Amino acid sequence: MNDTTTGTRAEVCAIACAEIFRGAGEIMASPMSPTPIIGARLARLTFEPDLLISDGEALLLAETPALGAKAPIEGWIPFGKVFDVVASGRRHVVMGANQIDRHGNQNLSAFGPLQQPKRQMFGVRGAPGNTINHPTSYFVPRHTTRVFTDRVDIVSGIGYDKVDPANPAFRFHHLHRVVSNLGVFDFGGPDHTLRALSLHPGVTAEEVAANTSFEVAGLDTAEPTRWPTEEELRLIRNVLDPKGLRDKEVSA
Amino acid sequence: MRDKRISLEEAVSGLRSGMTIGIGGWGSRRKPLAFVRAILRSDVTDLTVVTYGGADLGLLCSAGKVRKAYYGFVSLDSAPFYDPWFAAARTGGEIVAREMDEGMVKCGLQAAAARLPFLPIRAGLGSDVVNFWDGELRTVQSPYPDAEGRTETLIAMPALPLDAAFVHLDLGDKHGNAAYTGVDPYMDDLFCLAAERRYLSVDRVVETEELVKAVPQQAIILNRMMVDAVVEAPGGAHFTFSGSYGRDERFQRHYVAAAATAESWAEFKSRYLDVSEAEYQSAVRTFAEEQQ
Repeated sequence: MNDTTTGTRAEVCAIACAEIFRGAGEIMASPMSPTPIIGARLARLTFEPDLLISDGEALLLAETPALGAKAPIEGWIPFGKVFDVVASGRRHVVMGANQIDRHGNQNLSAFGPLQQPKRQMFGVRGAPGNTINHPTSYFVPRHTTRVFTDRVDIVSGIGYDKVDPANPAFRFHHLHRVVSNLGVFDFGGPDHTLRALSLHPGVTAEEVAANTSFEVAGLDTAEPTRWPTEEELRLIRNVLDPKGLRDKEVSA
Repeated sequence: MRDKRISLEEAVSGLRSGMTIGIGGWGSRRKPLAFVRAILRSDVTDLTVVTYGGADLGLLCSAGKVRKAYYGFVSLDSAPFYDPWFAAARTGGEIVAREMDEGMVKCGLQAAAARLPFLPIRAGLGSDVVNFWDGELRTVQSPYPDAEGRTETLIAMPALPLDAAFVHLDLGDKHGNAAYTGVDPYMDDLFCLAAERRYLSVDRVVETEELVKAVPQQAIILNRMMVDAVVEAPGGAHFTFSGSYGRDERFQRHYVAAAATAESWAEFKSRYLDVSEAEYQSAVRTFAEEQQ
């Protein structure tokens, strides 16, 4: 049934992730988990046909396949060349986050002290280079106070309070969106703080406030996130994610 | 032309405790694990390791051989993603971490390859990378102002010179010409260019003529000037992948599970690590049969 008012929460998240790329043009979209991958591919199949997408390994895809599927390729992008793209600025990455604070500092490295953490994750990966070079967004499939915390343990991705306005080396820093299972946010609040742009249908301002450690700007005025169109639902369900992997990442 | 073929043991006998070694590959991709296993069998220790880390770093940590690590990340690339031995060494405070952005590793190797003291890079500014380096990482100001008269201050990524580099490629000749056959060369050429002693293992040593016929010229990423020793090590990247075989996901999960207790690790170690490379490969084949 293609009822446009009964999309699932995961499908609304996929739409919100597609909207991250609206207006992006001919750049490399680098989504790092299933729902943002569906979103980037949905954007490419609808309103952003010039996006470049890769297989997550080293090949640029000429067509837009389902999650995990192969497709004809149009080019080569091994890791060494990805760093060239990062430095060029022609990229928009959607990373995950173990922690995000109200100014957009992000942690995916470890919890606890730098030289003796309590829990080890990946290390900073490409987060410092991504956030200082090109547009960066985040996807958080479970919005909790543990993720949206007052202070991140280790700054991997840099937030707005780390930008030195006197140093033009910071001029490309831009955190575009944070999409979670509860809503869509940006850093357009006072002093570049987290601001609610929309809450997913069925989500209340109280629910977001209860699951965020700090005050979220614009919670009272946030509109509902739009439902997917019939065509978008068809693309998500039949073309991009027929196996329903999105529901494993986003619990309603 | 020199015949550079030697054994794994001979290669590792050139190492000394306290050296800085670079390990090629990326995460759980085309890692020179036969060399790593040979280092585990030796008494070399107190190493400084430069890597895009995976189980290479994990295995060295399991034997307490790492004093200091320079890395952009450490990942097994498939669930459970985080390497258990690297995690244990970090939470135990056993290693000094010089964590950095992934792009900074490439930049530091490029500086060393070009015999420069540093290269400027934007990545790292504003992040905790600077705090990971305890004063070892400085900034540099551009002598060229922009149109508005402002000057950029950037990270001065120091060169990452290596005493030795270890890389694994799919195909090579006995002189050190070598090629990858998968989709990505990773940074193996830079690791060799940044190092004093360059150790190459390959799944197969072939005649030069066969090498250059087997692959496109662009895939021959190492030439003779970049390699001191060649080891023929079939399956030398196992349990990460090489051009002719995939990652052994089952065995990698077995490695992770074995790290959970002292007993299970002792068992893993005696079966897979306290043995020769040939015995390792044979034990791995037995493991695969048991899993059928």
